[in-house]
Amino acid sequence: MADENRPPAPGAASDAVPPEVTLGALFSGFSRVGLSGFGGVLPFARRMLVERQRWLSPQEFNSVLGLCQFLPGPNVVNLAVCVGSRYQGALGAVVSVLGMLIGPFAVVLLLGLLYSLYGELHLVQAMLRGISAVGVGLILALGVRMLGALKEKRVYLPFTVLAFVAIAVLRLPLVVVMVVLATASSVVAYRRVRRAMATLVPGGDK
Amino acid sequence: MSGILLQLFLHFALLSFLSFGGANALLPEIHRVVVDQQHWMNDATFTHLYAVAQAAPGPNVLVVTLIGWQVAGVAGAVVSTVAMCLPMSVVIYFIFRHWERFRGAPWQQAVQTGVGPLSVGLVFASGTLIGLSAGLGLGGAVVVLATILVCLRWPKLHPLWLIAGGALLGLLGVV
Repeated sequence: MADENRPPAPGAASDAVPPEVTLGALFSGFSRVGLSGFGGVLPFARRMLVERQRWLSPQEFNSVLGLCQFLPGPNVVNLAVCVGSRYQGALGAVVSVLGMLIGPFAVVLLLGLLYSLYGELHLVQAMLRGISAVGVGLILALGVRMLGALKEKRVYLPFTVLAFVAIAVLRLPLVVVMVVLATASSVVAYRRVRRAMATLVPGGDK
Repeated sequence: MSGILLQLFLHFALLSFLSFGGANALLPEIHRVVVDQQHWMNDATFTHLYAVAQAAPGPNVLVVTLIGWQVAGVAGAVVSTVAMCLPMSVVIYFIFRHWERFRGAPWQQAVQTGVGPLSVGLVFASGTLIGLSAGLGLGGAVVVLATILVCLRWPKLHPLWLIAGGALLGLLGVV
């Protein structure tokens, strides 16, 4: 138990970490994020973590999210695990995840119940078709925005296209696609990172 | 744990290890297991549940909750959600401690940079496949396109407005 207040790692920029985020704050913070997250939770998570509560700096957010997106599993749930465990250890992780999920879980079941009661009605089916179309639009718009945020697009765009074709056109198994393409793109990225570091003036600019 | 719950747990726990790029990227795979392989529901129900999940707040992964609920009631919902979230949560809890120590290491930057473009490709694939399985016609395609344009033009607009608009257009028979 006493170990959960982990000491700051030597040399780490641990002064950026606010000293106290209680379990209650984690729960309510992530509850609010979960319940406001219509059509994707991530933007709300960023607003709460970085802008409102300042539990993470913008750079920390990108770094932690990078890990959460790299590893499988629901990204925002992973994010809740990381942030929760950073401040309150294992218990913090559990509380943050529960906060993120419990409210939406109840809402989604309620809607499911309504669907099972009224889902046969033509009007409901028509409505759901309309919502599906918007849902597809939301996903594709997210894709466009992520594409816009890609660094050094020209180099990495082929990997985006290959992933799309492998899954959507060729319908290849996801594991194979990820292992092969992630290895290839990471090797490309590694060489570029090394080259950039070699040519960079020490303490250089950006 | 009864047979069907155990099956739900095993399937979704297995899928959780494959869910690179979030739940949306995993939908084609979930569809394959739930509809084509296990025959737990038909195509129309799957698409409807996806739409219902879209209309609810919360992480996209909760579409799995609805699928579990459709298959085995509230117990199915709980089991599916836990199966989807728990295994990777435990893994990431242990990895996170080490990950922060390597912040800025070249291989870490490389992995982060390298995986990003793939996630984007998976998200596009997911949207495309859901659109196909929803059987959207010309009207549906127009709504999809309009949604994309509105999202990009007004990024601050709350998605709930778009979802309500989609419901309305559906009622009017546009889609």
